[in-house]
Amino acid sequence: MSIKVRYFASLKESLGCSEDDLVFAGLVSVRDVWRYANPQQPLPDNILAAVNMEYVSLDCSIDDGDEVAFFPPVTGG
Amino acid sequence: MAVVIVQGGFDPWQEIQGYQNTLDGMSGKFGATSVFVGTMRDFNAGDPVKGMTLEHYPGMSEKQLETIVAEAQQQWPVLDSLVMHRVGDILPNEPIVLVAVWASHRGDAFDACRYIMEALKSRAPFWKKERLGSEDGRWVGENTKGYKSV
Repeated sequence: MSIKVRYFASLKESLGCSEDDLVFAGLVSVRDVWRYANPQQPLPDNILAAVNMEYVSLDCSIDDGDEVAFFPPVTGG
Repeated sequence: MAVVIVQGGFDPWQEIQGYQNTLDGMSGKFGATSVFVGTMRDFNAGDPVKGMTLEHYPGMSEKQLETIVAEAQQQWPVLDSLVMHRVGDILPNEPIVLVAVWASHRGDAFDACRYIMEALKSRAPFWKKERLGSEDGRWVGENTKGYKSV
């Protein structure tokens, strides 16, 4: 299955990447997506994750065509 | 109900008046309008701040704000609301965010406005990067708590 991964704000800068297209063979979670996309980088403690623009836990499973996003705590308003 | 992401400056007071003028059929129905306007300071965390850039997650920002407004509607009898949030480059003294809520009575207007604003601060995907004068900006790490702990 194919998914899109997106990064925002300080995380985007530190990774030097705003988005990536990945292909997986089996069932994967949000946490697996991070491990596969960033094998050298541990998940930051305060990271937030969204699938298709809704907040999810890191154990949420991913479906074909999903957009997975990782970002730091939000600071708007 | 309107949620608007704004690229560039806006005048919250003109926006409120303009939006209220479009509310057909509400004349005589609302007894309370509660408004919150967030404005950029020229200081933060002990440092002078020259400006900042607001990044967001297009699509998710709107989706989250619409969800938050719907939650407020479920909890209070809101007649209408307007939420505007700026993105891009901002200078001190410029407005960042507007939340306006129209209701029949003040308690509902105050409470719904506060709810939307606090939920926005903790859930809407916007991020501030401050310009302090150096080449590299500084990302704001997290928002302060809106409610005092008791």
